Amino acid sequence: MIALAQVAPLTAPPIDYAAIAPLLVVLGGACVSVLFEAFLPRHQRWPAQVALSVLVVAVAGIALGVYAGTAPAAGIVTLATALSVDGPTLFLWGTLLVLGFGSLLLIADRSVEPGGAFLASAVERASVAAAPGTTSGPTGVDPEHVDRSYGAPGEAPTMQTEVFPFVLFALGGMMAFVAANDLLTMFVALEVLSLPLYLVCGLARRRRLLSQEAAVKYFLLGAFASAFFLYGLALLYGYAGSVKLVAIATAAVGTPKSDALLFGGLALLVVGLLFKGSVGPFHTWTPDVYQGAPTPITAFMAACTKVAAFGALLRVLHVAFGSTHWEWRGVMWVVAIASMAIGAVLGLTQTDLKRMIAYSSVAHAGFLLLGVMAITPEGVSSTLFYLLAYGFTTLAVFGVISLVRNADGEATHLSQWAGLAKRSPILAGVMTFLLLGLAGIPLTSGFTAKFAVFSAALGDGMAPLVVIALVFSAVAAFFYLRVIVLMYFSETPEDGPTVTVPGAFTTVAVTLGVVVTLLLGVVPTLVLGWAGAGGLTG
Amino acid sequence: MNTAVMNTAPDTGGNVMLLVLLLLPLLGALLMYPLRTNVPAAKAVAMATALLEFVLVVVTWVGYSTDAASSGERFQYVFSVPWIPAFGTHLAFGIDGIALVLIALTAFLVPGLMLFAWAEKLPEGRTASGYFALLLATQATLMGVFTATDVFLFYVFFEAMLIPMYFLIGRFGGPNRQYASVKFFLYSLLGGLIMLASLIGLYVTSADQLGAGTFTWSDLQSIAQSTPTSTQIWLFLGFFVAFAIKAPLVPFHTWLPDAGAEAPIVAAVLLVGVLDKVGTYGFLRYCLPLFPQASQILAPLVLVLAVIGIIYGALLAVGQKDMSRFVAYTSIAHFGFIALGTFAFSSQAFAGATLYMVNHGLSTGMLFVMVGLLVARGGSRLTRDYGGVSKLAPLLAGCLLLAGMSSLALPGTNSFVSEFLVLVGSFPREPVATIIATVGIIFAALYILWFYQQTMQGPVRGNAVIRALEAGGVGGPGAMIDPAVAAERGSGFPDLTRREIGVLAPLIVVIVVLGFFPGPVLDVVNPSVQSTITEVGLPDPVPAGGVVGGVR
Repeated sequence: MIALAQVAPLTAPPIDYAAIAPLLVVLGGACVSVLFEAFLPRHQRWPAQVALSVLVVAVAGIALGVYAGTAPAAGIVTLATALSVDGPTLFLWGTLLVLGFGSLLLIADRSVEPGGAFLASAVERASVAAAPGTTSGPTGVDPEHVDRSYGAPGEAPTMQTEVFPFVLFALGGMMAFVAANDLLTMFVALEVLSLPLYLVCGLARRRRLLSQEAAVKYFLLGAFASAFFLYGLALLYGYAGSVKLVAIATAAVGTPKSDALLFGGLALLVVGLLFKGSVGPFHTWTPDVYQGAPTPITAFMAACTKVAAFGALLRVLHVAFGSTHWEWRGVMWVVAIASMAIGAVLGLTQTDLKRMIAYSSVAHAGFLLLGVMAITPEGVSSTLFYLLAYGFTTLAVFGVISLVRNADGEATHLSQWAGLAKRSPILAGVMTFLLLGLAGIPLTSGFTAKFAVFSAALGDGMAPLVVIALVFSAVAAFFYLRVIVLMYFSETPEDGPTVTVPGAFTTVAVTLGVVVTLLLGVVPTLVLGWAGAGGLTG
Repeated sequence: MNTAVMNTAPDTGGNVMLLVLLLLPLLGALLMYPLRTNVPAAKAVAMATALLEFVLVVVTWVGYSTDAASSGERFQYVFSVPWIPAFGTHLAFGIDGIALVLIALTAFLVPGLMLFAWAEKLPEGRTASGYFALLLATQATLMGVFTATDVFLFYVFFEAMLIPMYFLIGRFGGPNRQYASVKFFLYSLLGGLIMLASLIGLYVTSADQLGAGTFTWSDLQSIAQSTPTSTQIWLFLGFFVAFAIKAPLVPFHTWLPDAGAEAPIVAAVLLVGVLDKVGTYGFLRYCLPLFPQASQILAPLVLVLAVIGIIYGALLAVGQKDMSRFVAYTSIAHFGFIALGTFAFSSQAFAGATLYMVNHGLSTGMLFVMVGLLVARGGSRLTRDYGGVSKLAPLLAGCLLLAGMSSLALPGTNSFVSEFLVLVGSFPREPVATIIATVGIIFAALYILWFYQQTMQGPVRGNAVIRALEAGGVGGPGAMIDPAVAAERGSGFPDLTRREIGVLAPLIVVIVVLGFFPGPVLDVVNPSVQSTITEVGLPDPVPAGGVVGGVR
């Protein structure tokens, strides 16, 4: 009776709809996309889904732009303090939307892989190919290579258009993830972003076993990571009596309580986040999944998942654990060094291009940790800039990889890239530029980003770590260089792969990546300004 | 006071001459792409660009005021606009006398090298337009690296410089070019990245002292004396490793023989003649003025490396079987002299080191060209495949002799003046190192004369020569040909053609003229050398002026 009497009447919390409009648009669009999948006839789905996805991302982008123009510099907290819409959130949302747009273009492309890169089951494809009357292209063309996924009604599409709602949901989850102001919201967002990704990993049209293996691995390891995260959340709740990031920070200041729960919780929480960001010793899923997943999805994961994971890590470490950073920084040093070492050294031994880029992403995650660990405004802004720069470069790299193909699909073995410069100088030139960007050569975005992150780290007293990071940058440069050597200085094998002429979508995505990589290397001022506008708000 | 210092860089532009010098070769390189199918036109455009660049550099030289430099104007042709305000970087250019002579060296060498490469046989599938485009791109980055007065911008060019050179070696080089090009790139990149750590450290230090981080050279120089010595030592080491790899000093030198040997001759000349000078130039422009205390404390270390380099390089040069590697090792010995002069902290030694950079570019450049001419005739890089060439091609042998004499610093050639200045300038402060270095001169005579004797004198012999004289003839080690018979068949191993004489003539003229009249170069260099001495903050052991004038 007493308890009942004390319950205050529930009042709906005030919601700043303008601030969270981009998130609402993306999640709403994802729901509409599911409805499209359920109710549209098959042959209309591909054009409808592509149009819807592009529209959703564009509208979300406009909403974001409109709000960012009038947003309070200090940021706001809305939805009963569940979401924090501050400078970094806006920047990360923008990054996610632009990178998501690029990924959607790669996903939507059906000129490179006839019929699109996605398929739920191999059996269906075989039966469709064998069915009479399915060729709508010119006669004399191998029916397998005719694009049939839309056209006359009654034809079975060969592309799995469910990938669009999945990607939109994942994107929405990522946006909520980086804005989450309490750990419970963060966990829900983590699941929203992860579950669709597990599924789309297994949809590759070619090398299906590899793809399905990747999906299972990613799911199992991802489930473990989620469990770690949840366990950490529980411990932190036990310590602070709240799941809010700010409350944890307040509880950690000047308290006689034992720190065991606090740092135990932090460790488990961070393991979950580092797993998503494919950092250091928690990277084991990365090469397999990057290799097995359909390349457009790999691009999406490499670019956007990284952004989301590091955005959330930034918020957790800076808002909730900023005051205790002397306690955990030593451990994070070890993680960063391990990540750089694993990425750089194991990357050297790879013979598959997608696996190589996966290890490169592990090394980059180590570099990114330097920025995250710097508990200063420069630490935040440099990490944000790095995420944007890395995302665009890696997106374009996977776009290029998807173009080099032989009869079995993508030719990702390194030896197959030998002498590519002779047959396709433009593609080799683009790839060289992007690889130099990943290696961090000046006049590319990679250099500006590394410079920003390393100077932030040095400014916060991590000089030895910066030197270590630079040495590993040199080691990592070797395997980027190896690809360039292969493309330019080696002789072409007899049965070398062909370079597909990219369709409009892939061309736009790759061009976008290359242009941004160049611009952020030469005139990064504007974007650096955005990244530095406003700090994290709890 | 510090805030006043911050405003030394005008942000409103300035003299665009250096910008033009940077962009012109770059434009020429880009023009090669639409001309890639029309090789003669591409070559003509490339040559025209290089010649125009040379003319512009001459104009720059004429316009450079030594009086203004003497009266304390550190840089001339100053241009500066903000680049990335968040990092405090500027697109800032400017030259002092040291930079001026080095860009002059670059602009002087490139047209000659293009003439040398005019009819060069390229590896299969490679086009001359790509070759010339890479040469021009290398030139552009070299212009940038010597004229930048913003340390960040310098770093950008320092790294960007690698890329065209990497492709020059990797696409147009000898049989082992892949290995050599990757080794070159990785060594330099590692050095560059270590320097980047120091660069960031310098930025953070400047932010501590000036309130806002900056990369402007003069601002950084103004805080150099007040930076704690321990900080200076760490920052110095970062820059030092990068420059020591680039220069190269002895423990960091192993990439040079490979790269120098596998690179096509024109790239080898640019690599050893100019690109490596970025290292020694970096010592003078960045290590000494920005970290004066650290430079003095660590000078003994550098001097030991320099002296080891002089002796070790010379000994290895004696033992080389490959002519290109031979020239590369002689260069390592010479870089030891330059480093000795740089870390002896006297104006004479500085002036000598600067002059040595130019002279080494000329004499080693010519030596490489001569090796290239031999290889073009005999098709082999091995010393033992040549013998008695002077009987077949006397002009070629004569030019090789002159290049060799210039390399061993015979009085009357350009190198003598610089080597003498380095030794005289270094002796008062570093007598022991100087005495040991002097022994290196004897080794230099040994390796050059032995090389000349082996390849040029004696009976006509050697596989390459004999194969050239009679296709598929006797050959075999130790085979010889009667001189009279050889003279009859001389057409198989022709003497210099007119184009080749055109390549060599300007080099010969400059080598001899600078041997007797180094004045014009020294006059340009001296005021900047004095400024550097002032920036280091040490008294000059032998006041310059009188002695410099008395050399000749």
